[in-house]
Amino acid sequence: MYNTKLGKWFIPVVGGLAFVYLLVPIVYIFVFSFNDGGKSNLQWKSFTLDNWKNPCGAPGACESLVNSLSVGAVATLIATALGTAVAIGLVRYKFRFRSTADLLIILPLATPEVVLGASLLAQFLNLGWDLGYWTVIIAHVMFCMSFVIVTVRARVAGLDDRLEEAAADLYAGPVQRFWKITFPMLIPGIVAAALLSFAMSFDDFIITNFNSGTFSTFPKFVYVAAARGIPAQANVIGSAMFIIALLIVIIGQVVSYRRKKVLAARG
Amino acid sequence: MSAPADLKRAAKRADLRSPEEIRAEKKKGRMGAWLILPGMLYMALFFAAPVVVLLSMSLFVKPEGADLGEFVPGWNFGTYAEVWSRYWPVLLRSFVFALIATIAALIIAFPMAYLVAVRLRGKPLLKGILLVLLIAPFFSSFVLRTQAWKQILADEGWIVQTLKAVAILPADGSLTATPFAVICGLTYNFLPFMMLPIYASLERLDTRLLEASGDLYASPAQTFMKVTLPQSMPGVFAGTLLTFIPAAGDYVNAAILGNNRDTSMIGQVIDSRFFKVIDYPGAAALSFILMVCILILVLIYIRRFGTKDLF
Repeated sequence: MYNTKLGKWFIPVVGGLAFVYLLVPIVYIFVFSFNDGGKSNLQWKSFTLDNWKNPCGAPGACESLVNSLSVGAVATLIATALGTAVAIGLVRYKFRFRSTADLLIILPLATPEVVLGASLLAQFLNLGWDLGYWTVIIAHVMFCMSFVIVTVRARVAGLDDRLEEAAADLYAGPVQRFWKITFPMLIPGIVAAALLSFAMSFDDFIITNFNSGTFSTFPKFVYVAAARGIPAQANVIGSAMFIIALLIVIIGQVVSYRRKKVLAARG
Repeated sequence: MSAPADLKRAAKRADLRSPEEIRAEKKKGRMGAWLILPGMLYMALFFAAPVVVLLSMSLFVKPEGADLGEFVPGWNFGTYAEVWSRYWPVLLRSFVFALIATIAALIIAFPMAYLVAVRLRGKPLLKGILLVLLIAPFFSSFVLRTQAWKQILADEGWIVQTLKAVAILPADGSLTATPFAVICGLTYNFLPFMMLPIYASLERLDTRLLEASGDLYASPAQTFMKVTLPQSMPGVFAGTLLTFIPAAGDYVNAAILGNNRDTSMIGQVIDSRFFKVIDYPGAAALSFILMVCILILVLIYIRRFGTKDLF
């Protein structure tokens, strides 16, 4: 398949079509963000820029977006900090109860969201906690942390021990060794884990729905609105977030690509 | 196995370490415990404990003449028999839908991953853009995208009209509110979870192996079966699990793209038991049955196909 005529065309065509399939609904959402379709936005009526000029026009849309961004940022911060420490601890140190720790990390990944959501709700009911912003954060940190640990752990395991040994030979203490050698090498893994965690938190509906009470996030807003027709403003927000995410990462890619090129040119 | 590791193991067996070394290792162990303690405490408190609470809730008893949603702690195992006999067809359907969606996602994701990981090697910019396109849809909300599919596949949409015009679909047929639509939605929504692990393992694929295989007169199909596929197995394995598990418990696709007759999935039942019927023990028992079934299926799968270093 690597160097035959069939393989030469087959892979790009099929792979390309799969990417198109992935983007079809995004294009749909984008196109219908310009629709002057009234409340339900089901049928194409006429082109308008009003929705983009007034993205907060639908009641609750912008509040839910702000909530989602805030939950995503806070949950990511906590999950990344706790998860990175766990990942380093698990790879670098030996101790008892290791298999218990492994189980606590893997099991949430092997548990469907409804069960995670339902069990947390049972716990919150049991504790008598009010559902809202903080219960959503607690839930999101829980499911994001497993992903962070798994992602960062792969990176820690792939580190070259000899660099730290070299630093030790040069009389760097353990703290210095960690911050000057280990941590900088882990940064790409940590950033990837944080991005993944933010994306998962931002897009989560099921667990949020169980643990949010009357607190609304953007996916929840869309789901609730679907019953009576999703306002075009939701399409505006969805498209805008997609474009912003795309731009941020592409700019990041281009910058790092340029930097690599410059470094390579310098030799 | 490298020589230093062998030496270390031999030293351990004979315990040739000096007292200082032993002390240092113990201290290291304690340091590790401090690193993992906060995270693990968190998981114990907000994952393990809630599962236990859920288990106990599933055994709660409804007292005589109780109000809606009023339950007292007890040992009512009857709830399990009751929800099982009532909902096992829904559970089975959820697993069948998830299985079909997983296979479909594997077939679609593999060429994608191969394209990005192998064909675009040495083109970091294009590769980066395609990878971003895979993640960016998360930010447009999967609920919104599923809703978009509903409208794209709607009876008055051009896809259904075209299919009817060329008589692939009968004149009174439709795509939405069918099992087909729900399975398509599941396939679509979990595609990135399938693609990324496969991409990660294909990226490490040494293309010289493919050339070598060709040089040894292997047909492309043989090269694929004997070289490419085995090398990507860890990714395929992780991807299928990351797709199957959430798909089996999902209810958004079934709720938006399905109907009330032959597409309801177990997640919908759990959700409505919790929030509409206010039957906490029933919902908890169903959640627990779902969790145990998935764990059994996953364990069988790992036994049969698994590699030890899965995650």
